[in-house]
Amino acid sequence: MSPDATAGPRRPEADAGAMVSVRAVSKVYPGGVEALSDITLDFPKGKLTTILGPSGCGKTTLLKIVAGLLPPTAGEVTVAGRRVAGPGPERAFVFQDFALMPWATVLRNVAFGIELRGVPRAEREAVAMRHIAEVGLQGFERHYPHELSGGMRQRVGLARALAVDAEVLLMDEPFSAVDEQTRRKFQEDLLALAAGKGKTLLFVTHSIEEAVYLSDRIVLLSRRPSRVSSIVEPAIPRDAPPEAIRRHPAYLDTVEAIWRGLKQYLD
Amino acid sequence: MTAFGYRVPQWVSLLVWAAAWEAAGWTDLTLLLPPLSGVIAKLFEIVPTEHFADALLLTARAFAAGTLVAVAVGVPVGMCMGRYETADRLLLPWVNMFVSAPLTALVPVIMALFGFGETTIVLTVVLFAVWIVVLDARAGARSLPASLEEMARSYGASVWQAFAKVYVWAALPEILAGVRLGLLRGVKGVIVGQLLVSVVGFGHLFEIYQSNFLMEHMWALLLVLFALAFAIDGALAALEKRVEYYAAAR
Amino acid sequence: MLSHPLALRALSFALVLGAWEYAGQSGVSAGFPAFSETLAAAWAMIADGSLPRAILVTLVPLSVGIAVSAVAGVSAGVAMGLSRRWEWLGLPLFVVMQAAPLAALIPLLVLAYGVGLASKVLTVCIMALPVIVLNSFKAIRHAPASLVEMGRSFQGTRPQVVVKIVLPAASPVIFAGLRLGLAAGFIGAVLAELLISPTGVGDLITYHQSVADYPRMFAAIAAVILLSVLFIEALDRAEVLFFRPERRRRA
Repeated sequence: MSPDATAGPRRPEADAGAMVSVRAVSKVYPGGVEALSDITLDFPKGKLTTILGPSGCGKTTLLKIVAGLLPPTAGEVTVAGRRVAGPGPERAFVFQDFALMPWATVLRNVAFGIELRGVPRAEREAVAMRHIAEVGLQGFERHYPHELSGGMRQRVGLARALAVDAEVLLMDEPFSAVDEQTRRKFQEDLLALAAGKGKTLLFVTHSIEEAVYLSDRIVLLSRRPSRVSSIVEPAIPRDAPPEAIRRHPAYLDTVEAIWRGLKQYLD
Repeated sequence: MTAFGYRVPQWVSLLVWAAAWEAAGWTDLTLLLPPLSGVIAKLFEIVPTEHFADALLLTARAFAAGTLVAVAVGVPVGMCMGRYETADRLLLPWVNMFVSAPLTALVPVIMALFGFGETTIVLTVVLFAVWIVVLDARAGARSLPASLEEMARSYGASVWQAFAKVYVWAALPEILAGVRLGLLRGVKGVIVGQLLVSVVGFGHLFEIYQSNFLMEHMWALLLVLFALAFAIDGALAALEKRVEYYAAAR
Repeated sequence: MLSHPLALRALSFALVLGAWEYAGQSGVSAGFPAFSETLAAAWAMIADGSLPRAILVTLVPLSVGIAVSAVAGVSAGVAMGLSRRWEWLGLPLFVVMQAAPLAALIPLLVLAYGVGLASKVLTVCIMALPVIVLNSFKAIRHAPASLVEMGRSFQGTRPQVVVKIVLPAASPVIFAGLRLGLAAGFIGAVLAELLISPTGVGDLITYHQSVADYPRMFAAIAAVILLSVLFIEALDRAEVLFFRPERRRRA
């Protein structure tokens, strides 16, 4: 566990208490598959925490349990002190396959989360427009998902999650379905976007570089049945330009260390 | 579905419907539904009769002949369409039109040409079945991965060999799906044919029962026909399952 | 030049019609008129009004039957898709109906309900209903799980998820079912007129068959087939127009 080295400001300092608390959570699927075993974790408020691990280790399962989309077999999750019993307005989910409604325009898709709350049309479209501009898609409001590239579709998914103004953003391998260049750009944009809002981000990925680049904290899960293998806090300065960060010794060392740790789980 | 905590299998719902039918029959709910028990009794009466056996034989013969022709013609034509653009462009509009057209309207044409006999019935079966066989065989041919094709060519297979040894097998899941649907349509065809050419087979039997107001007899005959159709469909579904395992890995 | 799509289509038509003409002229059978004779007969029947009148008469049981089947069928299919209980009750019944040669029910309907409009409407219904129900059921069951989960993640209530996500996602397959149902309904309408009592186009067919006026008989048959093709195409256009805005504009 490396200590929190400060080589420059990283994120507006917020209350370092836990926003999301996972206590002794286990998940066994019908059929006997044990995905998670006794997971106890804290996700600090206002920080970006990544859940990293080998394929099939239950990272997405854990994320969906926090989201309230899956019930845990044992244990409990609290968000902002309140116990999780299902999806809630303080958490927003970004899906790996975008989950956009193909029959709806970008505008409607982004506004969907607020539409479900019964917000009147004019108001929700105004909010949606703001967030569409925020993710860089202005001009595409009346387009349909099939007219957009993969990267653009994911930005719609992100805008939708931002539009509901949740305190916790849950992202399930959001950039895995886009190409490498777009992915790098996304990573940089995400940091910029999340910086000013003080949101707590829970990020699932299987890319070590992505995790080290983005995260304030990385949780490593072991193979199924997953337990918390270790927690790493990359000591990387965030005020340097992206290319410099990716060549910083601390970045490279951390990536290497995690890789060595995970290698044991490969066949 | 669960009732009182026990899992109730799907087919039990048919028993529920059977019970409802019986009740409807006893309460004389509608002329259409005599008590099911009466129908079942009549069923045991008519099946062993000579009339029934004759009609069944005719139906079976016509059905077998018709579907054999439909498959023997439809599969090669469909596969050709799937692999050769010219054939596809020439034939597809017609196939598409006939697959959803009211083919019943064409039966009088067949009757005009071939008379009121078994030939007409066989041709009706072919007419009803062939289009969907063609379409699905075409789909199977089109879904052939290019790599399989290249593999066959690279090992020196002639066109004929490639078709017989690789393509037909690769397209078999789709072909079987088409044959199954074709057979179902063929069953409808053999019945429609007999109803329109009402002097042979089951059509003749229906005529007799209808003019004598023998509702229970008609239902009994219907149930037998339905059971046969269902059995054929079930047999084909089982066959399809046997081939399914490699469908996704092509 | 031969590979141009339009040229091939024209060639295809020309070949088939040419074959038809040849077969008719060469006297393969007295009962097989040439294309030109059929066309002339069709024109004559349009001119004297017998064909348009007959079509209108046939359209009555067809439209009523289809309308009833569509409403009842989609409702039943959706209900079965949304509730395991309804699925348990309904699915085996409709699966049997789908596989069975329902045309065999027609003599029964005649016996029970006579030779009037009611039997014909019912004939259309029994032919169209099973495929509409089963397609609607399948459409609901195959609603994309990811989208439903997305709806839940934003705390959509069950009615919201059904109306805003499941039904729109299911509509293409439901419409495919309606197209198939329409085709089946046409079969039912024609069959009803040939078997129950001659009215409309069925009457034209049987009458001209009985007086051996084969060109007119063929013309009537061709008319009903063309009509069914047109109706199904119209349904397809209607679906795109009202329900699939994303298909209207090509990127």
